[in-house]
Amino acid sequence: MTTEAPALVFDDVSVRLDDTNVLDSVTLEVGPGSVLALVGPNGAGKTTLIRTANGLVEPETGTVRLDDEPVARTSAAALARRVATVPQETTLGFDFDVRSIVAMGRTAHRTRVDGWHEGDDRAVTAALERTETAEFADRPVGSLSGGERQRVLMARALAQEAPVLLLDEPTASLDINHQVATLSMVRSLAAEGRTAVAAIHDLNLAARFCDEIALVADGSLVAVGPPVDVLTGANLTAAYGVETVVSEHPVTGAIIVTALADGDSRGPVSDRRGQTGPPETASTDR
Amino acid sequence: MYRRAQVIAWSGGLSTVLLVLMVLAASVGTVAIHPIVVGKAMLNALVVPTLSGWVHPFGFAIAETSQVIVSELRLPRIALGASVGVALGIAGTVMQGFFRNPMADPSIIGVSTGAAVGAVAVIVFPFAVPFSLQWAAFAGALVAAVAVYAIASQGGRTPVATLLLAGVAVQTLLGAIVSYMLLHAGDSLQRAVYWLMGHLHTASWSKVGIVVAVLVPMAGVALLYSRDLNVLLMGEEDAHTVGLEVERTKRILLVSASLLTAVAVSVAGVIGFVGLVVPHVMRLIVGPDHRILVPTAALAGGTFLVAADTAARLGPAELPVGIVTALLGAPFFLYLLRDREVHRL
Repeated sequence: MTTEAPALVFDDVSVRLDDTNVLDSVTLEVGPGSVLALVGPNGAGKTTLIRTANGLVEPETGTVRLDDEPVARTSAAALARRVATVPQETTLGFDFDVRSIVAMGRTAHRTRVDGWHEGDDRAVTAALERTETAEFADRPVGSLSGGERQRVLMARALAQEAPVLLLDEPTASLDINHQVATLSMVRSLAAEGRTAVAAIHDLNLAARFCDEIALVADGSLVAVGPPVDVLTGANLTAAYGVETVVSEHPVTGAIIVTALADGDSRGPVSDRRGQTGPPETASTDR
Repeated sequence: MYRRAQVIAWSGGLSTVLLVLMVLAASVGTVAIHPIVVGKAMLNALVVPTLSGWVHPFGFAIAETSQVIVSELRLPRIALGASVGVALGIAGTVMQGFFRNPMADPSIIGVSTGAAVGAVAVIVFPFAVPFSLQWAAFAGALVAAVAVYAIASQGGRTPVATLLLAGVAVQTLLGAIVSYMLLHAGDSLQRAVYWLMGHLHTASWSKVGIVVAVLVPMAGVALLYSRDLNVLLMGEEDAHTVGLEVERTKRILLVSASLLTAVAVSVAGVIGFVGLVVPHVMRLIVGPDHRILVPTAALAGGTFLVAADTAARLGPAELPVGIVTALLGAPFFLYLLRDREVHRL
């Protein structure tokens, strides 16, 4: 995966907003066809990092490159053909129906006087089917639940047919069925050669569905690599400031992280802390 | 979902309604003229450009007086009402979409108050202002719009909320200037107040020409950018991520809506409610898609203003049409507000 040229490169990216360092010299590469999870505490800079990749935030220093093209020098339309974004939430003020919203994902593929082509139709239909939103394609967006709306935004991003997909908390308002369905879809998109970067709060979902995890805290990269290397007790304590137990899921075999509160533990916490303790050993044995 | 056939059907239907209404409006007045005679007179007045100059393709034999009443007295006013109504309908639709705000109307960024300053200055201090009323109003409108835009812009970005607030503040300031001038208006007070209320009784073919000259290209811009306006409704950030050059699109939309409002106000004064109510009503009927909303709100705006002006003209004492649009429009709007879910925009 690393032999090919990376699809998305963050090169020493720093962002300041209102005199606060939101991102501090983040360098990160995402290879084509891989899924990278951005994890970290609230306010770590995950969303900002995503926003530098779709041109919504311009880095103070450093560059973000898509296929070696700097994002800052790409027009909005050219950018939208290269990278699609699933935002965390959106205000869909006027009541368009779902199909119209998904069709707006085709904006960058059409010229102002150009009509609607067969390719546009195909892309929209495929996106609706893939996100299981086809069943309510003709309903007004305002009548949908939060989770359904999120899938509509996913469909809109798929209709863009961009090689890189950015997702900001794509599973936040989804039920467990659609959480797994959405991330499985991202996996299968990656298998088709697309690249995905997703900010995810749920470490267990991140560990299960992503090739690599980038752990961000206070605007800096704490660790990046395969889940098993990144989601260690020491790293998580450094990033989140909380005791955790890292173990292996009995069925999926993926890493599971449990944050501990005071008095949670059945035994002495020190036994399970950091790199020591049986659960950790089990996961590093894989 | 948008269908081109739907757009054509609605536009065709509303165009027919507008045309029929114009014929009927021209047939009523102190002298009643049969609608068929009006139709003939209108066709007689029609000119088309050919290689050998302007040609009247029709020559129906009708009474000379009827011909003059229709083509010289009534039709200029009706045509002005229609074109101003179309301009305000488009400008209102664009502004409501642009601001994603149901209270937005064509004058939201100070255009109408700017025009009022220019016009009232000419009326009250004719010796001090070397422009004709229309040009002063037009210039005032554009200066106000540019000022509001410049105040609200920073580093190449113009946040919509800032633009809205700057518009309100500039409107208040200019309103104070208008009030001050009215205090010193003396004998010209009545004329100034009449202008401010919105009026079409000073219509002429040359005014129709001025409006049409701005209307045709700016309506074209609004139609060409109607899909962009839809995309903008998802929010500026989402619009950017699907590939819209957000700030450029906003500038273009703002320029077209401001020019349309400025030209309408400069020939007809401040006619309220057309640009506010008509887009709302059409949105309830045809839905939020601007590709159908822009043309239908345009035609409905023209129809509404011709109807209102005919009512204004027929009353025992002629009323400024701005009063009639408000008197007819506000109760209808309140009815819709109670009856249907207008507040979700």
